[in-house]
Amino acid sequence: MKDMQNVQHLTEEERRLVGYNADEFVDENFSGHSYVKEIILTLFANKATAISLICLLVIVLFAIFAPMLSPYTYKEINSKTTNMPMRIPVLEDLGIFDGTRKGVDMYAKKGIEDQYHYFGTDNLGRDIWTRVWVGTRISLLIAVLAVVLDVVIGVTYGMVAGFFGGKIDMIMQRLIEILTGIPNLIIMMLLLLAMEPGIPTICLALAITGWVNMSRIVRAQVLKLKSNEYVLASRTLGASPKRILLKHLLPNTMGQIIITFMFSVPHAIFFEAFLAFIGLGVPIPMASLGTLINDGYRSAMLYPYQVLCPAAVLSVLMLSFNLLGDGLRDAIDPQMRSM
Amino acid sequence: MKKYVLKRLLMAVVTLLVVLLLLFTLMEIMPGSPFNNPELTPEQRAKIEARYGLDQPFFNRYINYIVNMVQGDFGVSYNIQQNMPIADLLVKRFPVTIRIGLQAIVIGVLMGLVMGILAGFNHNKLMDSIMSALAIIGVSMPAFAFALLLAYFVGFKWQMLPFLYSAKSPFLSSILPSLTLAMSPMASVARYTRSEIIDVMNQNYITLAKTKGVSKPALTIRHVLRNVLTGVITVIAPSVVNVLTGSLVVEKAFSVPGIGGLLITAIQENDYNVTFTLAFIYCALYILVMLTVDILYGLIDPRIRVTKGE
Repeated sequence: MKDMQNVQHLTEEERRLVGYNADEFVDENFSGHSYVKEIILTLFANKATAISLICLLVIVLFAIFAPMLSPYTYKEINSKTTNMPMRIPVLEDLGIFDGTRKGVDMYAKKGIEDQYHYFGTDNLGRDIWTRVWVGTRISLLIAVLAVVLDVVIGVTYGMVAGFFGGKIDMIMQRLIEILTGIPNLIIMMLLLLAMEPGIPTICLALAITGWVNMSRIVRAQVLKLKSNEYVLASRTLGASPKRILLKHLLPNTMGQIIITFMFSVPHAIFFEAFLAFIGLGVPIPMASLGTLINDGYRSAMLYPYQVLCPAAVLSVLMLSFNLLGDGLRDAIDPQMRSM
Repeated sequence: MKKYVLKRLLMAVVTLLVVLLLLFTLMEIMPGSPFNNPELTPEQRAKIEARYGLDQPFFNRYINYIVNMVQGDFGVSYNIQQNMPIADLLVKRFPVTIRIGLQAIVIGVLMGLVMGILAGFNHNKLMDSIMSALAIIGVSMPAFAFALLLAYFVGFKWQMLPFLYSAKSPFLSSILPSLTLAMSPMASVARYTRSEIIDVMNQNYITLAKTKGVSKPALTIRHVLRNVLTGVITVIAPSVVNVLTGSLVVEKAFSVPGIGGLLITAIQENDYNVTFTLAFIYCALYILVMLTVDILYGLIDPRIRVTKGE
């Protein structure tokens, strides 16, 4: 009874509810990370991913700036300086990469001691350092363009098939089954044979086989998501299929799309190199990593650096993309974590 | 099950027909004819084309081609070896490719299993890191880069194994190509086995088996590996495909006289007939592998059969 009276005598200030202000609800222990920030933090917590991201960044920077800063161009032929060995400043003082072959200083012999070919020159006297980075540019360009095409086709196809289901889905899936019945490489090869060689053709050839995987993943995701309550709610409120697809399903599929994107890029780089290796690469004098490896291969036993340099860049590039893809998958989709 | 197999077979036949039609259409729109020797007069060219039946209407040739193919007649080579029947061209090369491919798959799957098991049971230990690193390198490194390293060091510098294929010592000289091709199945089998083992180890039935006091070897073999290995078949299928495509590069790199190398030559020489026959053979092999694996998988794991068969 006495308590009751006390309550009634409380002032307005004392009677205020706990948590009256919004900021009193902020949880200090698990405080605000946005989704994107969370992903970035998880990404960098993984050492392999962080390293691969740095490698990738370095490669991209080199691809952009190395050809600009180099005194040579990628197509400049110099018959005087063919097959020069590697020569790198600083390192040459240590006795490695000092431009000597079998004890003979090739640079002194040719009277060009002031020149540095970091990765040596090829059989036409072109500077391999410049060519490797120009080649990286082109390989990356082709891969990214092809994968962007993949995404556009694959996401549309997958979303339509998954969302509408029924007969439409069945026909679309049968089409895919037939397409996957043919090995990718065969399709690409035949397309390249039938069309003019060049960057757009190669991108198209890569995209024509690449989108299937993307569409499958998107379709599976849409099938899973479309039975969720929020989709039902939206539909009940009269949302059009277009709105449901773009506003509800697409954002929720984004994670998967990004992961698949990350894995598709090294795939495309690899296939481009593959095609170049069997003689269906970008036309000369342009260079991609694949055509460089193909060129260097012929003299691999005599001048191994000519093929090892582009092959090393290609391997590091693919390794970085794969590791980054693994890391992204762990960060974006904890359920798919590869443990 | 019977119905499922029948359905898959039908699908395979349809795919093959579509592939053929595709190849044929491509041959039509291909620039130039196989006989673009500038010395030929138009009349001569027409004569040659008539002899090869190239003057017939499109669908007649399509049907003819299928009929001939069923009888084992793939037509003749135009450029590589003039007028040589393609079947003869293939007879010697086919076994070489198959041999190297099979060796690669056996080596790759065995090595991959060992690596995956080592990594999976030593989860988060040093062994796991080493094996996982090896596997991701195997996935990322293109076959030709690996071929090059092997050829240069093992074959050229240390002279341990021949780095060029020779018909005289088919076993010794096929080791390096097989090893190169084995990289891709090895890496994917290893990665799959590892994550499957880790996954299975966390299942309730493993905890139950442990509580019941099942000995470690019995637990490993009967409970873990049995469940893991059935799944490995699913990774082997795409690996076989990788080996198929990889054979193109590896045969070129090690000068193996197989069908992969022939396909590249045919592309470079514009020998369309050979190109298309080989493309078709590659497709057929691919479809065969996929079909076998799907049916095998259905036999081993009834759950798949039920969901896929409907």
